[in-house]
Amino acid sequence: MNNFTVEAIELTRLYGGREAVSNVSFNLSKGEVLGFLGPNGAGKSTTMKMLTGNLAPSNGSVKICGIDMIENPKEAKALIGYLPEMRPLYKELTVDEYLIVAARLHRVSAGHIKAAVERAKERCGLGHMSKRLIENLSNGYQQRVGIAQAIIHNPMVVILDEPTVGLDPIQIRDIRALIREVGGEHSVIISTHILPEVEMVCDHVQIIDKGKLVFNGSIDVLKKQRIGNKLLIGMRNAPTADEMLKIAGVTEAEILTNGLMRVRFAEDAAPAEAIVQAAVQNGWGLHQIAPDQTSLEDVFMQLTYQEQSAESQIAG
Amino acid sequence: MIINVARKELKSVFASPMGWVILSLLMFAFGTHYLNGVNDYFAVMSGAMRPAERTGVTQFVGQTVYGLASFIMLFAVPLLSMRLISEERRSQTLPFLFSAPISLTEIVLGKFLGLVAFLSILIVYVAVMLSTLNIWSDIDFGFLVANSIGLLLMVASFSALGLYFSSLTQQPVVAAILTFVALFALMILDRFFAGDPTNTLASLSLTRHFQSFSGGLIDTGDIAYFVLFIVTFLTLTVRRLDADRLRG
Repeated sequence: MNNFTVEAIELTRLYGGREAVSNVSFNLSKGEVLGFLGPNGAGKSTTMKMLTGNLAPSNGSVKICGIDMIENPKEAKALIGYLPEMRPLYKELTVDEYLIVAARLHRVSAGHIKAAVERAKERCGLGHMSKRLIENLSNGYQQRVGIAQAIIHNPMVVILDEPTVGLDPIQIRDIRALIREVGGEHSVIISTHILPEVEMVCDHVQIIDKGKLVFNGSIDVLKKQRIGNKLLIGMRNAPTADEMLKIAGVTEAEILTNGLMRVRFAEDAAPAEAIVQAAVQNGWGLHQIAPDQTSLEDVFMQLTYQEQSAESQIAG
Repeated sequence: MIINVARKELKSVFASPMGWVILSLLMFAFGTHYLNGVNDYFAVMSGAMRPAERTGVTQFVGQTVYGLASFIMLFAVPLLSMRLISEERRSQTLPFLFSAPISLTEIVLGKFLGLVAFLSILIVYVAVMLSTLNIWSDIDFGFLVANSIGLLLMVASFSALGLYFSSLTQQPVVAAILTFVALFALMILDRFFAGDPTNTLASLSLTRHFQSFSGGLIDTGDIAYFVLFIVTFLTLTVRRLDADRLRG
């Protein structure tokens, strides 16, 4: 008996012969936050719909805490809280009324409904909005109601499709803290295309492109790939690349425009100090030296791009 | 669980002006018709000298009010049933129900029962209104019960059909029009076959099956017809929603 909360096994979904999602498999353990990344139309939402039983997979299966979504949908759905991309809010109801309906439908026992609603409101910062009609709430508050609805029954797995869209920076910070908090007790899957967000809240990252998983691993792997072994050096009297290569540990030097130079160094070397010394001795006029970080966007581009070139190689 | 879906539907109906407006308008219509019926009763009966010409007050007033009720429901039910599923489809709230631990059958039954419960308010109201005749007369309660059951079954059939058409489209108005046209056709079907009452198609008509109830007769054959009608359309609705899940 493993303790995976979510198991997706070879999920495939066809739309009229076209594969929107193909052969996606992954596991999620208790207490993990999984980030789902991908460009528009990559199949993030489709995968989430299949995980929550809103869409039947053409092939493959989903298990929530060991319960099969297709064979025992009711039992499996009881363990999930889901916020779709389009918030499913009944705008004619007040926040309290809506959350009570949500609690009842998710089998919260009659005696606990009040406490559950209060708790969900408190966690999402909705305390003072209880009697307001959802229709009259701002976009950000509506989003909070959507999240409150997904966590009201204290589910084992919380699935949020782009939870921070349309929120102001303070609200985004709150929601991220909330996701972390929920992730401490339960499993959370969030999809997003805001890359720094993934770095902030997720333990695991999956990048999906054209329906296929192109990256599945811990966030640390992604971070490592991002920082790399590179230095960016700015000098007024820049030396030639050959001169730079003489310094121990430097493997590659590339001259950029406006007096900058990018230096790549070996895995365990730390040539920064040596470079500074050389610069002082030779009068290179050093004014800037910093580790050269690839942005997460670049890593993301690389990963999705690599996959494409690999494919074209196979095709060629 | 079915009850929870039904409660949600009732809450939605009463949260918008639509529910209240329809409720008050129909009560007004039934009330005026009831008053007219009582007045007419005296006018007609004072002219009827011989005992054979006289009918009971229950039957006279009851037939006026229930006749109107079955006709008015033809307009009211599509207006109420149109938004049941199509509105949810349009505002994309269906995933809320689909991802809750309830089956499609429970969702459909809940929505159906929610609407029927709302319409039952009117049926109870009409029955209570007619019972007030008992204050100065001795009325036939059996006649009222038969008519109420008949009206309830008919309204439930309307609702089942309305629910199905609502599940077919994203536009509530389209659902309302389709429902109205289908119901109207089913109501007047027996008029087309007036010359040949034994025709199979004529016996599909809703009016024909309501007739025995309006005469005060509870016929199991007619009950079976209404129940089958309801079950058929509810099953079709469940299948339509299931197709959403399968085809996406």
